[in-house]
Amino acid sequence: MRHLTGVYVPGDSVLHRMPAGAKLLGLLAAGTALLLLGSPVALAVAAVAVAALYAVAGVGAAAAWAQIRPLRWFAPLLFAFQLVVADLSGAVTVTLRVVLAVALAGLVTLTTRTTVMLACLERALAPARYVGLDPFRLSLLLSLTLRSVPVIAGLATRVREAQKARGVERSLRAFAVPLVVGALRYADALGEALSARGLDD
Amino acid sequence: MIEFTDVHLRLGERDVLCGVTARLTERRVGVIGANGSGKSTLARLINGLALPTSGTVTVDGLDTRRHAARIRRRVGFVFTDPDAQIVMPTVAEDVAFSLRRRGVPKAEIDRRVQEVLTRYGLAEHADRPAHHLSGGEKQLLALCSVLALEPEIIVMDEPTTLLDLRHSRRIAALVRELPQQVVVVTHDLPLLADFDRVLVLDQGKIVADADPATAIGHYRALLS
Repeated sequence: MRHLTGVYVPGDSVLHRMPAGAKLLGLLAAGTALLLLGSPVALAVAAVAVAALYAVAGVGAAAAWAQIRPLRWFAPLLFAFQLVVADLSGAVTVTLRVVLAVALAGLVTLTTRTTVMLACLERALAPARYVGLDPFRLSLLLSLTLRSVPVIAGLATRVREAQKARGVERSLRAFAVPLVVGALRYADALGEALSARGLDD
Repeated sequence: MIEFTDVHLRLGERDVLCGVTARLTERRVGVIGANGSGKSTLARLINGLALPTSGTVTVDGLDTRRHAARIRRRVGFVFTDPDAQIVMPTVAEDVAFSLRRRGVPKAEIDRRVQEVLTRYGLAEHADRPAHHLSGGEKQLLALCSVLALEPEIIVMDEPTTLLDLRHSRRIAALVRELPQQVVVVTHDLPLLADFDRVLVLDQGKIVADADPATAIGHYRALLS
């Protein structure tokens, strides 16, 4: 779950100091540019640019690899598929596009604190007020989602361990039922905690 | 001051509390009892997370039935499982959460968050994800998030049950130093040693109400 939370690498680079909103807009622009670049040469230049940005951020090779690691099976498959249906140039272009887009998005998370990102989203969501949605609640929903991922993952690990201990590893039911019950219980407890902390004031 | 007047609470077919009357004015109040004796419910009644079926619960004269929101501003609640209580992804953010809700200005929030995290030794973890903390640190964070709001009363529901000895002692030491009135529901009997008053619950009733040594003696006799 490291790719969802806790990837922020503290630092003092230009990228770290840049406002979250600027970075998100930059990401949008860069993503669009990647789609418009049509030749392998142009994308190779883009790859160098992305690598340079990583160097500027100074997050280290391990953190950089962790961003594109999830693509390590998908990218070769995509490349092979494109090679069959298109040609070498097309395969290089499409694969690089995907890898670079993911790398750039990763760079934004690596250099932006969750808090800052959420505050930025809350501001961006402010117009939602006009259609009757509370921006605070929307951003709370996002925060709670981020917070719940590791909790539910931990729950799944515990259920799996209990299954192993009892020798019923293969049963989907023995996994799903306690997981769902546990998740519902967690939801109840979370609701109670939110009340206790004054959410419904 | 917390006051229970002839409180009955029924959940489905089960009487969880039957006729609890007590006035809690002491600074350190402990509540003990077997599993299912109603002690967690008693704690939840104090800040209106649970409401009595009949009878009344008041905090500083305010009825929990009508003034739950106002009471929750005065009463901080610490749960057994900090995972359920920590609602934000990172440490500093979780402490800031309740303050933001109160409309405290941003600079003041940052100052108070920093102050409380420093005081309880979590400052270096400020930007870490909450799930990277150990169980003991999580409970400490849960307590910090409550203390940042500067409540007048703190209710803790088995705060040390999931902790190792070192962290239990740490929490016990913190409880001793808190300037607020503290009500602790617990199975951790040594935690109550220097409390002012301990209630023993059994099957929804208060069966003993005395100083820690006497009350704990009664509790041991009850279970043997």
